[in-house]
Amino acid sequence: MSTTTATSLPASGLLRFATAGAVDDGKSTLIGRLLHDSRSLLADQLDAVRQASLERGDEHLDLAMLTDGLRAEREQGITIDVAHRYFETARRAFIIADTPGHAQYTRNMVTGASTADLAIVLADARHGLTEQSHRHAVLAGLLRVRHVVLAVNKMDLAGYDRSVFERIAEDFGDRAERIGLGAVTAIPIAALHGDNVVDPSPAMPWYEGPTLLEHLETVATRTADDGPLRLPVQYVIRAVGGYTGCAGQLAAGVAMEGQEMLHLPSGTRTRIAALDSPDGPVRHAAAPLSVTVRLADDVEVHRGDLLCAVESPPVASDRLDATVCWMSAGRAMKPGSRLLLKHTTKTVRATVTDLHHRLDVTTLRREPADELALNDIGGAGLRLDEPVHCDPYAHNRFTGGGVLIDESTNATVAAVMIDRATTVDEGAPRAAR
Amino acid sequence: MPEADRLAVLEAEAVHVLREVAAELDRPALLFSGGKDSAVLLRLAEKAFRPAPIPFPVLHVDTGHNFDEVIEFRDRRVGELGVRLVVGSVQDSIDAGRVAEPAGRWPSRNRAQTVTLLDTIAEHGFDALFGGARRDEERARAKERVLSFRDAFGQWDPRNQRPELWNLYNGRVRPGEHVRAFPLSNWTERDVWAYVERDGIELPSLYFAHMRKVFERDGMLLADSRFVDRSPEEALVERSVRFRTVGDMTCTGAVPSRAGTVAEVIAEIAATPVTERGQTRADDRAGAAAMEDRKREGYF
Repeated sequence: MSTTTATSLPASGLLRFATAGAVDDGKSTLIGRLLHDSRSLLADQLDAVRQASLERGDEHLDLAMLTDGLRAEREQGITIDVAHRYFETARRAFIIADTPGHAQYTRNMVTGASTADLAIVLADARHGLTEQSHRHAVLAGLLRVRHVVLAVNKMDLAGYDRSVFERIAEDFGDRAERIGLGAVTAIPIAALHGDNVVDPSPAMPWYEGPTLLEHLETVATRTADDGPLRLPVQYVIRAVGGYTGCAGQLAAGVAMEGQEMLHLPSGTRTRIAALDSPDGPVRHAAAPLSVTVRLADDVEVHRGDLLCAVESPPVASDRLDATVCWMSAGRAMKPGSRLLLKHTTKTVRATVTDLHHRLDVTTLRREPADELALNDIGGAGLRLDEPVHCDPYAHNRFTGGGVLIDESTNATVAAVMIDRATTVDEGAPRAAR
Repeated sequence: MPEADRLAVLEAEAVHVLREVAAELDRPALLFSGGKDSAVLLRLAEKAFRPAPIPFPVLHVDTGHNFDEVIEFRDRRVGELGVRLVVGSVQDSIDAGRVAEPAGRWPSRNRAQTVTLLDTIAEHGFDALFGGARRDEERARAKERVLSFRDAFGQWDPRNQRPELWNLYNGRVRPGEHVRAFPLSNWTERDVWAYVERDGIELPSLYFAHMRKVFERDGMLLADSRFVDRSPEEALVERSVRFRTVGDMTCTGAVPSRAGTVAEVIAEIAATPVTERGQTRADDRAGAAAMEDRKREGYF
């Protein structure tokens, strides 16, 4: 087989974005409009919507019907769970994580945002920013979604008034700084009629920025080399002829043939003797590709180990401070709760040692709390039965994120974003990195 | 469009899911129908573990109403890869009185498949089933997780799914329960065809234009077969057709086509005004929630 190169994944290709908005902000209509005006809908899908709209007695085409996939959603006219939708234009392909707006579905927003490069936060031009807009912005910030679009919708009902848009955009901008959001782009739209969604709006000549679709098509996505090498060992492949390969998906960085690297937890320094992509041998490969690494030295490797850059290894720790989004309706998180933490390819036992605070996502105040209930977000200390190799979530989503699992029900009960690893070896906790 | 990059990312994710399930569950199997999605899935499984062989068997739930070309293709691919093939037979389930032969104008055995599938899972103790389903196929599928938990009755509860964050999948099950794993969740019909082209993946000849005796029913072209009763008005005509999906002969429609190569098929899909399932699957027409209802019962 010829040796090929699978390195950087350029900025175009694929953009994943999450949409969030309160119940009547018109999120489903916006997605419907985006699909409709970019000609991503086919005749039978439109017919189905037409039929459903007629049955409900709607006079116009209810584009929201396109996205509500479950019976209960259509009956109740709301979105219950995350749905994923796909469309493409000549410039880029898109995966939409369509997340419900209700406060009680915070966990779904967190789920959708965890893989998103961009989040669209909708606001109704007549009402300005609401508690839900704030909540969504905070979640996008916590999840470190790189780009945020504030879509000020229903501009038609606000007389296409420039000052209305600018006031909301300014409000949002002030807040975005406080919650550490990165780039924010505000766009005035009217999803029902299609203004500035795909086509520029003749009703808002004062707006000179991109339409929503133009922005989605051109915004920069992740770059390949966004940190030092991290390869969680997922599966050890053994085959006849003594072949032993460490298979996994690169969580960061570039792996190169001949490169020196560190095996954890052993601390052994070794080299990449050979690198296989799904298509065969390659000289180098970048995150997020799945690869198989063969090591130069005879190192004992297991699932749950980590291969990483020699010069900047992650911290190994059995004590973590983390931001937790609690996702279980059946049980609350309290100090003393025993759970499982799934982190990269490793699952360990975890005990909640402290609950530092609960975050009021509207006021951004940290309040004392003795438990986290469904959809609560808070800070907690976790103690693990064996160390994990982790980075702060702010540095790496994959080595900094985790989920908590309830061992008695096997349910996934929380999303975990590691703030810092603390070690206890020298008697006193110390912050890592 | 830098298609290669997009396919590389989708491939990396699918390989990750395959390895993750193989690592964490004891007895996975890969559902292989001989269709294009499962052919791609099988190729990805081959790539995820090589040079070692695929570490799980392939499972086909045979309705007994399959196209001959598909069964021939199934047996040949399985032979080439040297994987073990497990067949669950709907005919056997009917003969054993586990399920009734469907009747009516659309006597599809698709729904009866669920019983055979769940019986086969129980018989072999499978705790994970890989499937080639894509979320772009249907709006109930759009709601499904990559790893979808099924209870001891094989049921899917769309309102109580495990949250999936980043690339972390929770595959924990108790005895009798299982997960359905969908590594192609984020692929579209076009991605599948682009990958077939890029990787030179072989497909059953049904997918390419050929002359076939068909008749029209409710706007759909059905293949002539001993499994479907035609009424006198449903006249047979010989047409150049191909199939966009491959399923039971009683409910899988053909489309008029002259596309004889993968490239021609891709061009045809780009120009078509109708979705894959809308054009060719009678079983989804039973109501707005037909797929959702079947999935709740345990349908793949």
